[in-house]
Amino acid sequence: MSQPIDNLFGMHTGALALWQRRTEVLASNLANADTPGYLARDIDFRKALAAAAGGAGDGSLPLAAPTPGQIDPVQQANDTLAYRVPTQPSMDGNTVDAQVEQAAFAANSVHYQASLAFITAQIRMLRTAITGGQG
Amino acid sequence: MSLFNIFNVAGSGMAAQSVRLNTVASNLANADSVASTPEAAYRAKEPLFAAVRAGLDGKGAEAGSEGVRVLGVTESPAAVTSRYEPGNPLADANGYVYQSNVNPVDELVNMISASRSYQNNVEVMTTARQLMQKTLDLGK
Repeated sequence: MSQPIDNLFGMHTGALALWQRRTEVLASNLANADTPGYLARDIDFRKALAAAAGGAGDGSLPLAAPTPGQIDPVQQANDTLAYRVPTQPSMDGNTVDAQVEQAAFAANSVHYQASLAFITAQIRMLRTAITGGQG
Repeated sequence: MSLFNIFNVAGSGMAAQSVRLNTVASNLANADSVASTPEAAYRAKEPLFAAVRAGLDGKGAEAGSEGVRVLGVTESPAAVTSRYEPGNPLADANGYVYQSNVNPVDELVNMISASRSYQNNVEVMTTARQLMQKTLDLGK
């Protein structure tokens, strides 16, 4: 039953989860803006989404992981976080640049809302189809 | 749901920054305190932050989701200055009192930085709350 619903929303459900995860990572960066030695991290969205959609983005098929406990490459790619290259070095080894993180956080929340809007539009379309435009 | 974790992360950040604001307040309040010996003189305090992986509820969180923990409060090793004030009731046998090593300029900079970081965390929390609310309203 869940399969047609998944297909219905296409990549947007996966994208939503990724934006959410990225929000969390960026929130950690901002919370640790004053922690000595903290290295800012981020998610490469294009790579992660390609992995979530199946395939490495170059058209190749993903490795199946049918056995429980087997390492799922898709899941693993989702968890791959990159370290941010600092724009300016600091004496305490912290690579968080509050302005960069704030900008990324703002853009991320807009993207999240965009994904939500796509899903809402899809639901609205479904509702129109179900009620025949009389609902 | 990972959006919930943001409240933990931002909350720990806010708690850490408020500890920092607290030490700044304490340092500024004691900037003019004097003592009879160099050992007893007030020394500027500063909290030491560290990233912590586990959520505040004790459960381990995912990679990249790290809150802040205050490891402890350190005291500035800078030398305290002495002042010749024979009339001061706290003066030692030679007539000297020992002043705190608080640098008010450092403290004010620290205060602004802590306040900005606190505001950042509040903003993160507000945004996360709005996103969650929007998610709940999905399809309406």
